[in-house]
Amino acid sequence: MANARRSLRSELGRVRGLGSAKEGVQHWWMQRITAIALVPLSLWFVAGIVFVIDVDRATAIQWLGSPLTLGLMSLFLIALIYHAVLGLQVVIEDYIHSHATKLVLLLLIQFAGFGLAAAGIIAMLLITIYGG
Amino acid sequence: MASHPRPVSPHLEIYRPQLTSVTSILHRITGGFLSVGILPLVYWLIAAASGPDAFNQAQALAGSIVGRIFLFLWTGAFFYHLLNGIRHLAWDAGWGYELPAVYRTGWTVLIGTVVLTILAWVLGYWARGNV
Repeated sequence: MANARRSLRSELGRVRGLGSAKEGVQHWWMQRITAIALVPLSLWFVAGIVFVIDVDRATAIQWLGSPLTLGLMSLFLIALIYHAVLGLQVVIEDYIHSHATKLVLLLLIQFAGFGLAAAGIIAMLLITIYGG
Repeated sequence: MASHPRPVSPHLEIYRPQLTSVTSILHRITGGFLSVGILPLVYWLIAAASGPDAFNQAQALAGSIVGRIFLFLWTGAFFYHLLNGIRHLAWDAGWGYELPAVYRTGWTVLIGTVVLTILAWVLGYWARGNV
């Protein structure tokens, strides 16, 4: 028993022959990948809002409607929403202790994430194709 | 031995906030607040795609006093989460774990947030010819 305690693996995990690292690493890793991607993408987005977007609609549409903006904005939305869902998931798992509420909230942020990403990218496609 | 309901650490009511704990919880708070900002962002993109009326309405909302306050708070939350996120990535790479480094980077994040937030807004008003 003293020897078994030296290992960080749980008794159950040892018996089942499973490692501690399955989907947990995927969550951790995707959070880092999206974080690294968001460093340049979010700075590009904020610079666009600060320098390009004005009350004048023509300038906004011109910037939003370029293929480069379509590509970068789509990547930004995907990385941003993926990162946000992963982060919110951990916050919900940490603070919500009722299983039913937790499940509902986790489903809600997943569906909201996919829905918002789809809506944002479709809007960008429409602006690029039809000029808003 | 009888078990007593002893205080659980960290006992937040009497726990003195430190730079380490404050920067940690601020990362969560700003992350949650920024996530909420995805909703107006997507609304704004849909409004831009929908036509002049919808876009003007979204722009008026963003330019209102309440809109500007929220945009300012989101700017601050963004720069905090960005800088502290880079700090976290450095820790993930095994860099900056010494206590002096933790405090140095922590203060850098806080001061950098204030500087970059103000800078972004000054540049924004300047780009529109209002400064």
